[in-house]
Amino acid sequence: MLSILRSIWITFTHAFRKRETRDYPEKAPFLPARYRARIILTRDPEGKERCVACNLCAVACPTDCISLQATEDETGRRYPEFFRINFSRCIFCGYCEDACPTNAIQLTPDFEMAEYYRKNLVYEKENLLISGPGKYHDYNFYKNAGIEIGGKKKGEGLNEEPPIDVRDLMN
Amino acid sequence: MAIGFIIVGVLLLVVTIAAANIYIERRLLSLWQDRRGPNRAGPFGFLQVPADMIKIFLKEDWIPPFADKAVFVLAPTIVMLSILFSFALVPFAPGFQVVDSNIALLFFLANSSLAVYSIVLSGWASNNKYAMIGAMRGTAQMISYEVFMGLSLMGVVMISGGTFSLREIVEAQRGMWNVVPQFVGFCIFMIAAVAESHRAPFDLPESEGELVAGFHTEYSGIKFGMFFVGEYLGITLISAMIVTLFFGGWLGPAFLPPFFWFMLKTFAFIAFIILLRAALPRPRYDQFLGVGWKILLPLTLLNVLITAGILLARG
Repeated sequence: MLSILRSIWITFTHAFRKRETRDYPEKAPFLPARYRARIILTRDPEGKERCVACNLCAVACPTDCISLQATEDETGRRYPEFFRINFSRCIFCGYCEDACPTNAIQLTPDFEMAEYYRKNLVYEKENLLISGPGKYHDYNFYKNAGIEIGGKKKGEGLNEEPPIDVRDLMN
Repeated sequence: MAIGFIIVGVLLLVVTIAAANIYIERRLLSLWQDRRGPNRAGPFGFLQVPADMIKIFLKEDWIPPFADKAVFVLAPTIVMLSILFSFALVPFAPGFQVVDSNIALLFFLANSSLAVYSIVLSGWASNNKYAMIGAMRGTAQMISYEVFMGLSLMGVVMISGGTFSLREIVEAQRGMWNVVPQFVGFCIFMIAAVAESHRAPFDLPESEGELVAGFHTEYSGIKFGMFFVGEYLGITLISAMIVTLFFGGWLGPAFLPPFFWFMLKTFAFIAFIILLRAALPRPRYDQFLGVGWKILLPLTLLNVLITAGILLARG
């Protein structure tokens, strides 16, 4: 009997407590910088696309929401012909970011991407590409990789010796 | 002519209060559960009520093919009718009352028992085992709690000089509210009244955890809406009756009009009944009936006996 009255009283005192509800659209929630939401494609410090269309993100994706087609420009630099993410299937797991060898694909803390039509959630490359380098300001894949592309010979990369002709070694 | 205005006024008033109760209940429940409640539609969410009404009017009103159609349609109207009949007797203020009958209290008790036909018939007509179990519970609950709900008011009738007229009962409380000499009667009437209106924690006919939605499982659209509004009308009615019988009705300090005092007290009790829903879990069915017959009924009889003894001793 007393416990019933007590629980009525305790419930009443809850009227003066802090609300659990967040007033979301009025008060933005705090999201850490490493929060995983909308996926972007970044550019290297020179302003060129970082993505080399290796397809590792599409392979890592558990929901198969990434699709892309590789192609090459006249200098031998690989880039995606199209790059498409279906955000109605994406679960923001971040495996694509883990898999990416060139730091091109990155997740951002922006989650406000509601749409009235489902097909508007399919983002093409022009929707995904941003103008800057994202989280890694100085990283440039082709400067680190030993591969030869137009404007950069073998041995001209960072931390790289000029190539040695093995046939000269015994002379 | 004047009576026509009063009838229309009372009807509009109670239906408006019942509709407003939907909003009030949701806001108060959220207040006591550390939430915010509906606050999006209009200022403070006031437009939630029209939004809900538009929604429920436009919903598909489906009658199951296995249902007893005539009874299925009739059942939700009974709860509305029987409760609206009782409002004819409630004295909102001096002169603002449809009928001042000398059997008003008995009429109220009779009508509140008739409301259970709504539950029984809807459960039967739905032809659904959950609805049927809900209807059976509703019946058993009504039979158990109706007995001492009436008896708990006999103390009030005795100390008011043996009148059943609600206006005279209010007038008799000028010196002291009935809740002071009849505190036990008030507590028992409160419990029985919440049980009669099938409100949580005594919503055993509905008990959505066990019986889907109990007697109105098969109802949709505006027929469900009538059960819904009927429940809120029931809360308003029992709050108004508690105020009339135990808390001096429209009586109060003269700086506010009598009607305002009546509404203030009524809304305080509506809020308390909502607080009960927020605070208490639903008892088991057999425990609930056991408490009714084994504790509350003897207590009520004792209350009647002691009240009568004191009145006799005083002469």
